[in-house]
Amino acid sequence: MLNEELKIRITEMLASASFDEAGEWLNISITPADWADFAHRLRDTAGLEFNFLFCVTCVDWKTHLGMVYHLTSTIHRHNIVVKAKLDRENPEIETVSNIWRTAEFHEREVYDLFGVKFIDHPDLRRLFLTDDWKGWPLRKDYEDPVNMIKL
Amino acid sequence: MDVKENTASEQVFPGEVHDLPGGGVVLSKLDDIINWARSNSIWPLTFATSCCGIEMMAVASSKYDFSRFGFEVARATPRQADVIIIAGTIVNKMAPVLKRLYDQMADPKYVIAMGACAISGGPFFYNTYSVVKGADHVIPVDVYIAGCPPRPEALLHALITLQGKIKSGLTRDQIRQAQPDTER
Repeated sequence: MLNEELKIRITEMLASASFDEAGEWLNISITPADWADFAHRLRDTAGLEFNFLFCVTCVDWKTHLGMVYHLTSTIHRHNIVVKAKLDRENPEIETVSNIWRTAEFHEREVYDLFGVKFIDHPDLRRLFLTDDWKGWPLRKDYEDPVNMIKL
Repeated sequence: MDVKENTASEQVFPGEVHDLPGGGVVLSKLDDIINWARSNSIWPLTFATSCCGIEMMAVASSKYDFSRFGFEVARATPRQADVIIIAGTIVNKMAPVLKRLYDQMADPKYVIAMGACAISGGPFFYNTYSVVKGADHVIPVDVYIAGCPPRPEALLHALITLQGKIKSGLTRDQIRQAQPDTER
């Protein structure tokens, strides 16, 4: 399905979504509250069937955190990018690990490095860093006076 | 650059050969012969943590071929390796693994720090929470090679420099055993 068609289908599904077509893939911005229900429908709607979440990441924009989900359909071979802005002080969003199992580890990684809390995640622990680690190292304001110098 | 200076450590054989009727006699020190033999068969450990590893593989392959100098074949187990070439960034989580690999190598063992990351944490990654600022914080290093990554010729030069170091005398541990009370 082409980006134009995807845009029409997704607007029907979630009227509040906004779009950015600057890149190769259709970028869809949504509010975090819509995410869990929207994600279910992205996977299960006939014709869309986004059955593979191939990348989950987070960006620290200093004013807020931005979650970025890359989805593809192995049936229809189309891709979309879903973005959601999170509050920097209390970043929370629904987990999608019940929809795409791969998100379980991806979300743990984002939690580990950015401190995003995934609501209803089955096992939200640190992934790469030690369990007693303090802070979120990929945030822009992370400080480590022992290993890092201020530039 | 003076070519002679660079090849000074490559003495042909440590000793004197006296030709006598019906044969000959070689006079030498056993230590020197052992070091000479040892320096010409140093097997590296298959160990690489980032892009320097690609360069190290190039040096192992046919175009540069460190087998020509006695670095015969890379071993995948530290128990069969003589030298560990630290080819790449060492992060805090890798440091205990590197230490364990070094501990598992049989004596005598040698270490080459290849590239900026292994020397000092690197040109890009040093200012982070996760990178060890130089592999010599973890294990002792014999030869350092500058570069990011170093040219294959530079690694060959470092390997030959290591051979020169081995031929020139005692290992670190032998020096320690000879002078047990001195400050380490």
